[in-house]
Amino acid sequence: MRRALVIAAVLLLTGTARAIDTGLEFDDPKLQARYEHIIDQVRCLKCQNTTIRDSNAFLAADLRREIRRMIEEGKTDDEIYDFLVERYGEFALYKPRARGKTLVLWLAPGILLLGGAVILVGVLRRRMALPIDGDDGEREGRS
Amino acid sequence: MSFRAFIPVLAFAALVVLLSLGLREDPSRLPSPFIGKPAPRLDLPTLADPSKRITNADFAGKTVLVNVWATWCVSCRDEHRFLLELAKSKTIPIYGINWRDTSAEAKNWLQQLGNPYTEIGEDQDGRAGIDWGVYGAPESFLIGSNGKVLHKQIGPLDQQNWERDFVPLIESQEPGT
Repeated sequence: MRRALVIAAVLLLTGTARAIDTGLEFDDPKLQARYEHIIDQVRCLKCQNTTIRDSNAFLAADLRREIRRMIEEGKTDDEIYDFLVERYGEFALYKPRARGKTLVLWLAPGILLLGGAVILVGVLRRRMALPIDGDDGEREGRS
Repeated sequence: MSFRAFIPVLAFAALVVLLSLGLREDPSRLPSPFIGKPAPRLDLPTLADPSKRITNADFAGKTVLVNVWATWCVSCRDEHRFLLELAKSKTIPIYGINWRDTSAEAKNWLQQLGNPYTEIGEDQDGRAGIDWGVYGAPESFLIGSNGKVLHKQIGPLDQQNWERDFVPLIESQEPGT
């Protein structure tokens, strides 16, 4: 019974997900997979926090149509992303590519981690240089 | 207390300033990647006569405004009054891209409200809209006499943003100045 309910719920959800993209599927499952991967990566600029797969704004429909057309024309994924970035800026992609200005986004975590490590090593070294019985020595000195 | 103790406080203050500046920006207005670059390709049938076409060649060598509008777009109606005034002042030719609309509705709109456009291209399937990076009407592009995009306005034009953002750029385009 429970399993049946879960299956029903999953089927209901996939039903709505499919309904937005009313275009035809590609005959070649490889092309279909590429298409579905790309439309998950592209932001609907009109409704900024959804992908063009999940949006029924007509802009999203237009972009899906253009992406479908480019795949049919044999364009590579990179060419398709370039097409979008050229027109809408890097913001159009959910996962910014590691080139140009967006390189900093990819490198920043590493730089921060490295910086933190350098500071940590510095602090530890300084502490290690202190005499271990420093506190006692101080107390003795005072008395 | 040494200065070092204040470093975290200063860092926090800097972060607060940075984030509050970020909050002031309107995330629905995206910077156009076309600024300073040649205007995107335009090749559309005209609304008045679909057998004729409007292309970039129509405004080559001229400083023009390209305005993306639609009859379903509510704020385009607000903007229309300003466009009519602008057309009357003969400051700059206005070319329209009628985006994702129907000829009948577009013609009806112009008949009722007046036509500020020198020429209008019909982009019924939104193809030109994508080439121009349009994501919400109204949008307006200022194209310089060298064919490059000087400025893009997202949302309706009005006297205020026109005088602030467009007029200085148009004046800098005029020959001999």
